[in-house]
Amino acid sequence: MDLINLSATELKRKILNKEISSKEVVECYLNRIEEVEDKIDAFITLNKDEALKAAEKVDRKIQNGEKVGMLAGIPIAIKDNISTKGLKTTCGSKMLENYIPPYDATVIENIRKEDGIIIGKTNMDEFAMGSSTETSYFKTTKNPYDLNMVPGGSSGGSAAAVAACDVPLALGSETGGSIRQPSSFCGVVGIKPTYGLVSRYGVVSYASSLDQVGPFAKNVEDAALLLNVLAGYDNKDSTSIFREKVDYTKGLIEDIKGMKIGLPKEYFTEYVDEKVKAQVLEAVEVLKDLGAEVEEISLPHTEYALACYYIIANGEASSNLSRFDGVNFGYRSAEYSNLEELYTNSRSEGFGEEVKRRIMVGTYVLSSGYYDAYYRKAQEVRTLIKNDFDKTFEKYDIILAPTSPILPFNIGEKIDDPLAMYMSDILTVSVNLAGACALSVPCGYVDGLPVGLQVIGNEFEEEKILKLAYNYEKNRGIDMKIPSLRSEENGL
Amino acid sequence: MAYKTIIGLEIHSELMTNSKIFCNCTTEFGGDVNTHCCPVCLGLPGALPVINKKVVEYGIKAGLAFNSKIARETKMDRKNYFYPDLVKGYQISQDDIPLCSGGFVEIEKKDGPKKIRIRRIHIEEDTGKSLHSEDGGSLLDYNRSGVPLIEIVTEPDMNSPEEAKEFLEKLKATLEYIEVSDVKMEEGSLRCDVNINVVDEDTGKKTSISELKNLNSFRAVVKALEYEEKRHISLLKEGKENLKETRRWDEVNNETIVMRIKEGAADYRYFPEPDLIKLEIEEEWIEDIKSNLPELPHDKKERFMKEYDLPEYDAGVLTQSKALAAFYEETVEYSKDPKQVSNWVMGDVLRRINDEELGIKDLKFTPKDLGDLLELIEEGKISNNIGKKVLRDMFDTGKSPNKIVKEKGLIQISDEGALKEIVEKVIEKNEQSVIDYKDGKDRALGFLVGQVMKETRGKANPQLANKLILEIIDEK
Repeated sequence: MDLINLSATELKRKILNKEISSKEVVECYLNRIEEVEDKIDAFITLNKDEALKAAEKVDRKIQNGEKVGMLAGIPIAIKDNISTKGLKTTCGSKMLENYIPPYDATVIENIRKEDGIIIGKTNMDEFAMGSSTETSYFKTTKNPYDLNMVPGGSSGGSAAAVAACDVPLALGSETGGSIRQPSSFCGVVGIKPTYGLVSRYGVVSYASSLDQVGPFAKNVEDAALLLNVLAGYDNKDSTSIFREKVDYTKGLIEDIKGMKIGLPKEYFTEYVDEKVKAQVLEAVEVLKDLGAEVEEISLPHTEYALACYYIIANGEASSNLSRFDGVNFGYRSAEYSNLEELYTNSRSEGFGEEVKRRIMVGTYVLSSGYYDAYYRKAQEVRTLIKNDFDKTFEKYDIILAPTSPILPFNIGEKIDDPLAMYMSDILTVSVNLAGACALSVPCGYVDGLPVGLQVIGNEFEEEKILKLAYNYEKNRGIDMKIPSLRSEENGL
Repeated sequence: MAYKTIIGLEIHSELMTNSKIFCNCTTEFGGDVNTHCCPVCLGLPGALPVINKKVVEYGIKAGLAFNSKIARETKMDRKNYFYPDLVKGYQISQDDIPLCSGGFVEIEKKDGPKKIRIRRIHIEEDTGKSLHSEDGGSLLDYNRSGVPLIEIVTEPDMNSPEEAKEFLEKLKATLEYIEVSDVKMEEGSLRCDVNINVVDEDTGKKTSISELKNLNSFRAVVKALEYEEKRHISLLKEGKENLKETRRWDEVNNETIVMRIKEGAADYRYFPEPDLIKLEIEEEWIEDIKSNLPELPHDKKERFMKEYDLPEYDAGVLTQSKALAAFYEETVEYSKDPKQVSNWVMGDVLRRINDEELGIKDLKFTPKDLGDLLELIEEGKISNNIGKKVLRDMFDTGKSPNKIVKEKGLIQISDEGALKEIVEKVIEKNEQSVIDYKDGKDRALGFLVGQVMKETRGKANPQLANKLILEIIDEK
């Protein structure tokens, strides 16, 4: 029995039935990580000893017949911008290379409470700014389907870790597509929950009004299981919204007959790879066969979304990242003779290029004299984009689209062309601006590389998108490949 | 030539909520450095603010006390700048929609009351404190980081240092009355920045505004303003132009020194704080706070004048602080003469309090004790002078006046028979004085009374002694 190929749900069942122990599971995954990590580079920090200790604790609970949490001894990888008490949280930056948080993020508290085992912290684009993990100060994570390719980003480490069977579950975070896009690139399931569903407390802010934590998993059911643990009101986060607790695994098996699906024409333009488009339209056919009603729709303000997103996200980021000034924590330059130099040198040396670019853009759009033309205008556009979604959801249950307009690209291909890199977000950023929920579920392969189907739902309608994705997953009729962990070009 | 001084103030007052504005840390003053801190007020990555409802309530309270309009919908904003005492690189404050706008404070002028308009009152977080170590390095204490503040901005309605002082006293008393701040300038819970310039009313020429900092007491405010007023006037006289600048008050040399020249407005890149949601304030809540506002200094003063028949001056002094007013009122309950109580409270009691920098709460005796003392005087059991001695004893020991009088045997000799013997003895010894008196030297009588008081160690009833002396001299 190869434990690493099992789903989290299956692992949980076996652990609870005492067929295997949590410790065995954790050891097995740690071995797997050891085996493949030098190829994938998914992790920045491993939490071996603590993970084993935690697993033993869960095993004791089970032995003693005590109640165990929803994640009963299952290993989880955590994106490195989520604060873990006593465990380095670097945000993929030199700035926080040695930063050890003295507290747990609320989602981490939840995971610990539910007996999940934190196995390590995953690589990411620096401060979640990027779409390829190439802006990480530490390493570039490789796409398990082709080691020459990027895994997507910014949560590329988490996506690759799940795809490479390093862990059955992982946490990522999204600001403009950072869970969905790497899910698509790595052939895994990833959810961007509704803004306010999951607490942001302890998640290092990139853009406060957009950030949201979400799960990565091998399948929809596992993703729903992890979402159960993440979702919930938190009085430490003012933007968290109080709602009745929902079991997202419950309604998955219901059918989708009569579900109304909209295909926005703006998401199938010439910017989208024809092969990707074809793959997504095939998935649409599967859903039609399952009884869904599909129509073409329009989200007319889509063309403004990317510009709007980069103004708002960078504006907020420029302020959120001000605290990294070399005074209290993080990197401090060795060279300075006065306060201004301490600031300038620490920030110049501690931040990477992409982060500095976004801070500068963000500082500019918030400057007096430009605020109205950029930041305020972008907020107005944001309202229009949200209205597009609101109107659509009056008539439709779900919006379907490709997750990424392109297939995974080569490492180094776009890193020197920021605009080309930003374009890979065009199909995801609108959802963040609207605050809606969405997920990416694998819908086959093009040239051996995974393609993701994006399922978008109205605010707090995670149950709907999960149900649709689950139905699709069970009926997609695609032979799912196990990633090769090879560089396809030179056949290594 | 006529010069008009124009003064506007910016006051920061710490609110005395139990916990900080965005976290549960205590707001208590003092404490070991960096012990009243948590991830939120240290600005650790990922930590998020949650607004303390009490801070909003106190802000509304202040607004209502200063006749401001309370915003029904408001928000917090980020003010971005770098400074080591500012942990996040931005301060959470309020920009375009302050919690309270408009309002005024009335100050007394010889020719009647004058309204000093308030432009706005908003809520914000305090920063930490830089400490400078002996080796020239800087250390940081973040206990104060996140302590709630209100910032009160006036219109430039004050035209003299004296008016600014009057305004500050009124403002301080009001904040103390409504119990939102303990207004201690020495602990930094009340801080004041001042803007001043002067207009030559004949030519219309005016100086550029100077902003003054490091004003640690009302006295410093007045002295710095007086200094600046003169400086600005001489600039006008000499036809010199000055730059808009920030100046620091140097208490040692009694002068202001340039800190920095203001080249255009600083760009704080304000934007709405995305970690907090909009504040919607229910009309009912405002009404509720309004109906629970305590009596304000001005109303109390009017009432004192009416109820206790006090002169305006007395009522003004007694209502300067809520604690003093309460002490006065309670004392009146134990005494028959409110004016007499006022004389004593404003006189001996307040003098001693001011000399020793005490608060009313530091007094060792109660209002009842003071009332009892005044009754002893009123009933003629002790003289006014003995009363003053007893009060001093009360300050020192906290003993009740009756006990002090009894222990020290201070009851006045009002028994004619007993006193007559002493008077006769005094006259016998001082025949020359008797002759002097008869020769028309009135001062001699005072001397004889004094001798009687001396003999009785002050216990003689002076009126009675006076009467007896005259009787005996007449008999001679």
